[in-house]
Order: sequence, then structure tokens, then C-alpha cells
Amino acid sequence: MRLPCPFCGPRDSAEFAYLGDAAIARPDAAAPDAPRLFYEATYLRDNPAGPHREHWYHAAGCRQWLVVTRDTTSHEILAAAFARQP
Amino acid sequence: MRHSILSLALNALSGHRRWQPTWRDAAPKPAYDVVIIGGGGHGLATAHYLASRYGIANVAVVEKGWIGSGNAGRNTTIIRSNYLLPGNNHFYELSMKLWEGLEQELNYNAMVSQRGIVNLYHSDGQRDAYARRGNSMRLHGVDAELLDREQVRAMAPFLDFDNARFPIKGGLLQRRAGTARHDAVVWGYAHAASKRGVDIIQNCEVTGFLHDGGRIAGVETTRGTIRAAKVGMAVAGHSSRVAALAGFRLPIESHVLQAFVSEALKPLIPGVITFGAGHFYVSQSDKGGLVFGGDIDGYNSYAQRGNLPVIEDVAEGGMALMPMIGRLRLLRAWGGIMDMSMDGSPIIDASPVPGLYVNAGWCYGGFKAIPASGLCFAHLLARGEPHPTAAALRLDRFERGYLLDEKGQGAQPNLH
Ligand SMILES: Cc1cc2nc3c(=O)[nH]c(=O)nc-3n(C[C@H](O)[C@H](O)[C@H](O)COP(=O)(O)OP(=O)(O)OC[C@H]3O[C@@H](n4cnc5c(N)ncnc54)[C@H](O)[C@@H]3O)c2cc1C
Ligand SMILES: [Zn+2]
Repeated sequence: MRLPCPFCGPRDSAEFAYLGDAAIARPDAAAPDAPRLFYEATYLRDNPAGPHREHWYHAAGCRQWLVVTRDTTSHEILAAAFARQP
Repeated sequence: MRHSILSLALNALSGHRRWQPTWRDAAPKPAYDVVIIGGGGHGLATAHYLASRYGIANVAVVEKGWIGSGNAGRNTTIIRSNYLLPGNNHFYELSMKLWEGLEQELNYNAMVSQRGIVNLYHSDGQRDAYARRGNSMRLHGVDAELLDREQVRAMAPFLDFDNARFPIKGGLLQRRAGTARHDAVVWGYAHAASKRGVDIIQNCEVTGFLHDGGRIAGVETTRGTIRAAKVGMAVAGHSSRVAALAGFRLPIESHVLQAFVSEALKPLIPGVITFGAGHFYVSQSDKGGLVFGGDIDGYNSYAQRGNLPVIEDVAEGGMALMPMIGRLRLLRAWGGIMDMSMDGSPIIDASPVPGLYVNAGWCYGGFKAIPASGLCFAHLLARGEPHPTAAALRLDRFERGYLLDEKGQGAQPNLH
């Protein structure tokens, strides 16, 4: 599998470290149901079969965090962008 | 039919043309007491123990493909109970004991072979960790022996003991561990369950659930609607998808694990050997092929095939341990999709939806667990409360902070 890094171009997936689902956001610690929100953010996952937006870190390249959209049923890469971009 | 020396002899004399099918390929009835989703080892074992130990035989196992077409038929067949943590430790030892009597119980040859497993250590720190694990095992009545370098050399002289980076200093041995023939385990449980009246229904995919006042009342399948008082799911790598059909999420990601078989050799490897300095494990099949594997590929996948970097990594691990295999040809490589749970341990519990029960999160250690998992899941389905030996495997442990994290990796499934 090769990932198209927007800075470095297509690179072997072995250059990257994987973090998982990119939709997970850190909950508001002041929210009244914060314990439940932190439990859900830490442990529960959609884990879809199909397109999945996920974080990859280009450790052996430009050292940028990327959001990659990948089809988990085929390994096909549908999109890749820097994580900071809106 | 019952299998015996007599039946074997008679069938041999008639040229092995008269063997009868060992289980019934059933069509779905409109309703059952219990429907189990997933005809892998865990689903079939659950059905068997429901019928044999809990007296509930009005049971259907529904399988989207053919039984054993999932991970039950694509694993590396290692059985062991060398776990560190109480909770896991008890559970896998119950499984080991059930393996030891399995063939008599099922009247089926599952080729359970207690050839032993040795986990190698390469440093003083690792020896201490294995001594601790061994002590924990022995405290719970599980067999464990800490071997020094010369004792390992006597068992497996072909290992590279003087590897410059990872010299082998010894190993932790569990003699009662070993391997079993994975397809035969599936067929054996199917044989025994079917004989007691369980319907095994193939090519029948669950596509939705029936609800009745907030309770699950059955399943929608590609072969029609089946009503059930209780539904259990044992769908290995597909747990999140089935849970989504019922409207809840699990602490699970699906990942691919690859495995490999070499061309056949004369008997070489005495039992199962694992490389402590990397992730590599190997045993030898009865046909002579080396069966081995290593790490998962490390990202969510339902593709049922892996990628080359992990193949390279596994080959490097093998070469570091036994350089002679560099001359060997690889016959086959394949991948299976597994649930990787957030603490690396399994889940056997009621789901958030009444009437639906979860058996999931087996990561890459679920083959050895088949007997105990089946027994404990059957107990839960029959009695509505956890089996005492599976009490640590509850779903709410993540929320309550009682994780079972053997590796201490935290909520990062690809590191477990
Ligand atoms: C390469 C590899 C090596 C492994 N090596 C070992 C090992 O050495 N030792 C060990 O202990 N463990 C090992 N494991 C792990 C072990 O194989 C699994 O944890 C275990 O087999 C999972 O349970 P199962 O047998 O019931 O799963 P499966 O056999 O996968 O059963 C689940 C079944 O559910 C069916 N299903 C899914 N969705 C639906 C649906 N909607 N409707 C109907 N049916 C459905 C599937 O088709 C499948 O047949 C390995 C796994 C892999 C992939
Ligand atoms: Zn880059």
C-alpha cells in the first residue's frame, strides 16, 4: 500500500505511523457528562467497512500528520490532506 | 454417525466411499430459542455447549458463508494458556482443560497436539518479565517452566543463539500448550451440536434485527426472517458491523493478520517457538510445512489480505531466529480480519440492547479460546448472567476502568 503524501508524493506505507479514526475529537472536560464523553472518545469506534478518514503520521518523511481517506475493504486511497487543513 | 476404530476399519475396507456427512446442513425454521450469528469456532462451540450442558437444543447457528470460512479456518492453530493477568489467566486455562478432553467429548479427532510452546527471551529484563509471568501462571495452577539457554539449546539446537543483537538467553516453556487442527475443530463442534438437534444454516447472512418493544426478537437474513428469544453474535472480525445493525458501537477496530506456510520439511521444530525480540512465531504442521506469522498490518481493514511490509518484517524475524529458513520456499500467505479490542482482551457479555449478547474482541488469540468461549457464552445465553470464569470479560470494564491490558499498551488496538 502506498500513501500519497501531499508534500512528499506517493510513499510506501511503512514510512508512516497509524493513529486511527480521524473523527475523534477531544471532548470538553467541563461538560456535565465529561466522563461519559471521554469514555466514548477513548474506546468506542465506528470501525466502518468502506471509506474511513484516519490519521497517519509521515514519520520517515516530512513529519506531517495527514488525514487519509481509505477504503477499508480494498485498501484504496481516496484522499490525503494535511491534518491542519480545514 | 459415531466414530470409532470399528467405523474407521469398515470405511477403510470399503475404500472410504461410504463416510456419511458428519453434520446436517439445515434450512431455517421460523423460530428458535436461541439464534447464534457466525458459524466459526466460537459460534459452533456455543451451540454445542448450549445443547450439551444447558439443555437448550432449539438453536440455530447462521453463517453467511460456509462454516469455518472465517478465522477459524485461517489461523495458525496455536493453543496455550500462558497469560499473565488474573481474569485472562483463569479463562484460557479453562479452555486448555477443555481442549484436553475435547476429542472424547465431541467424538471427533481434532488432532490436539500438546507439543509445548517456548517463548524465547534475549535480555535480563525479559527473563525477569517471563519469570513473573511463569510465577503468575503457577500461582493459578497453570504449568510453566523457566528454561536457561542450554535447556533451550537441547530442545531446538538450530536456533541462532549467538545472534549479535538478540542472543537467546532462555525461554518460558508451557509443555501443555501446542496446536490443534483448526478445520477439524469446526467440524467437530458442528458434528456434536448437529447430533443434539442444533440447526447449522449456511449461506445465510444476518442483515438486520427484529425488535419487539425495545428487545431483540430475531434476525433478518438473506434466507428470510428468523425469530428468536435470544440472539448471540460471534462474528469475529465483523462485530462492529453486526453491532451497527443493532444500533450500538463497540470498543473494537478490525485489523488484518497475515500467516504463512512453507514447503514441507522433515520433522524439525518440536513445538511452538516464539521470538521474544520481535514478533515471530513458528510451528510445524503434520504435513511438514512451517506455519508462521508475526504482527498485524496495523491499520483498520476488512480487505482479508495484507501488504508487503509486514511480510518482510515477519521474514526478518524468522531469519534472525533460524537463519537456515532463508533457503526455504514460501507456499502460501493469507490474511484474516480480526476484532482488535481496545485493551487486547475479549468481550463476553450482554449488549446494550436487551436480548442480544456479544462474543467479540478475540484479537489474534481467539482460536485457543474456542472451548472456554463457547462454554461461557452458552452460560450467559442460558442463565442471563456471566459465567464466573468470564467475569472479567464484561463490556462495561472500559467505562469502569477495569481493563485487561496484558501488554500495557493502552487504547491503541494496533499495538496489542
Ligand atoms: C492469520 C491468523 C492467525 C491466527 N493465529 C491464531 C493462533 O495461532 N492461536 C489463536 O488462539 N488464535 C489465532 N488467531 C485468532 C483466531 O483465529 C480468531 O480469534 C478466532 O478464530 C475468531 O473466532 P471464530 O473462530 O469464531 O471466528 P470466525 O471463524 O471468523 O467466525 C465468525 C463467522 O461469522 C460469520 N459472519 C460474519 N458476519 C456475519 C453475518 N452478518 N451473518 C452471518 N454470519 C456472519 C463469518 O463468515 C465467520 O464465519 C489467528 C487469526 C488469524 C487471522
Ligand atoms: Zn510527507
